[in-house]
Amino acid sequence: MPTALTALTIHELTERYRRGDVKPSDVADAYLSRIERLDGDVGAYLAVTHDRARAAARAADERYRAGRPLGPLDGAPVSIKDVFCTRGVPTTCGSKILEGFVPPYDATVVARLEAAGAVMLGKTNMDEFAMGSSTEHSAYKLTRNPWDLSRVPGGSSGGSAAAVAGELGLAALGTDTGGSIRQPGAFCGVVGLKPTYGRVSRYGVIAFASSLDHPGPLTRDVRDCALVLRAIAGVDPHDATSVDEPVPDYAALLDQGVRGLRLGVPREYFAEGLDPEIERAVRAAIERLRDLGATLEDVSLPTTDYGLAVYYIVAPAEASSNLARYDGVKYGLRAPGGKDLIDMESRTRAAGFGAEVKRRIMLGTYALSAGYYDAYYGRAQKVRTLVKRDFEAAFARVDLLLAPTTPSVAFKHGEKEDPLAMYLNDVYTVGGDLAGLPAISVRCGFSSNGLPIGLQIIGRPFDEARVLRTAYSYEQATDWLARRPELA
Amino acid sequence: MITRQDVEHVARLARLHLSDDEKERMRVQLDAILAYIDKLTALDIEGVEPTSHAVPLLNVMRDDEPAPSMPQGDALANAPDRAGEFFRVPRIIED
Repeated sequence: MPTALTALTIHELTERYRRGDVKPSDVADAYLSRIERLDGDVGAYLAVTHDRARAAARAADERYRAGRPLGPLDGAPVSIKDVFCTRGVPTTCGSKILEGFVPPYDATVVARLEAAGAVMLGKTNMDEFAMGSSTEHSAYKLTRNPWDLSRVPGGSSGGSAAAVAGELGLAALGTDTGGSIRQPGAFCGVVGLKPTYGRVSRYGVIAFASSLDHPGPLTRDVRDCALVLRAIAGVDPHDATSVDEPVPDYAALLDQGVRGLRLGVPREYFAEGLDPEIERAVRAAIERLRDLGATLEDVSLPTTDYGLAVYYIVAPAEASSNLARYDGVKYGLRAPGGKDLIDMESRTRAAGFGAEVKRRIMLGTYALSAGYYDAYYGRAQKVRTLVKRDFEAAFARVDLLLAPTTPSVAFKHGEKEDPLAMYLNDVYTVGGDLAGLPAISVRCGFSSNGLPIGLQIIGRPFDEARVLRTAYSYEQATDWLARRPELA
Repeated sequence: MITRQDVEHVARLARLHLSDDEKERMRVQLDAILAYIDKLTALDIEGVEPTSHAVPLLNVMRDDEPAPSMPQGDALANAPDRAGEFFRVPRIIED
């Protein structure tokens, strides 16, 4: 039986496009019909953009026919987390407060992908305003993990991860504020990269916590990840926090291997609370990288245990400010019956926001309010400095850090009702967000009940090339990607 | 310890109408989360500079050159209520 089109990676597909064996329209149609058949079970998409996809695919067909493809993403299907504004395509951010909102412009990363020839299939489900680790906080629907439909895909980029894992999408965009690319990447067994803060533009990304929001790719393999990152990275005049650093050809640098690299193993990431199956898989992966020629070193990040507490002040504080814009005036929902402006705003926000978003707005507002600012927000910002210094000290000795992505594998729907229990999912990922470091999650094994496990590789600022090349070396030396989830 | 009055005060600042049930739930949950966050008081932060962004940011300047911006119609298109060129809101000023 020939390999199904939806089983191929971007680099495998575009090679076939160039040879003329298959054309982008065939692939777009294969995905659209698979979505139609199976997304009722998975729930990865909030909206499928059939017409836009077919038109983009036909344009790509023409370019290949003329022998002038735009580059390595031309004709590649992509799925976009609903946090990214897409001109003319409804964008909800998983919230009722933005129901019916149609953005007047594209996020820079969406525009860059489409300019590179990528074919947008649709908008993916997410936790409301990207606040969550299971996608259960979406105001619209449940998303199921393709490896086990009774379990969550992770979050907040759960729809993107589930689409890529379930072959309902090939590559996807997500955002990572506390782990929201890497954690669903690990839960769904796909590659998820959080780039350095400032590496990828945030313009048109609906803001959650501005100093922590990182857009990045989720893909089937590391080479695809390198290709997508190169297309979306780089300074953007519309985002003053994007950084003007050269963007290397990441894919061309993948083959350099890991010989001579110094890899640090932070002991605090293997402490109490880590599932023993995950510890075994991650330690085996670390040994594998040593066999490939890297040297290992024990390191310590003493403030690891405080990262979550810092995060759950800083992120809600920034969110409470960013989400003040949802006032029933400029876009989105307006609740009826307000007797004056403040009453209208308060009713609108009560009706439009879900419980988790309200909780974080309240927490953030409290932490910033008179009398508490220094005790909470001020203190958290100072501890953030200590977290950052820990990483700087470690990176003075080693090139990369290796760790688990999550303390557990994908959990069942409804299993984490307590907000704090849900927050603890991010324990190994928040540090990378607070310090703005590039970090990837790649598949490194399976639990005894068949769920994927993620290895996390964290690098120095703007050192995505080394992060990717190490992930690639590991991926090439193992055959974890051979296993695929079976849907219906 | 968060009180019911704290919850009501913060909800007013945040422009959120909360039901009585929500207020009580919020009080209990915020209390638990803040108790967890209190672990930060164990660290010595004397003399530590705060970090607001992971990448040090300075002012980003550009030339002051006029360029087209979003057309007014686009900016108004998503408004729940509008009147001509304006967003319309409930009355703010008393007669």
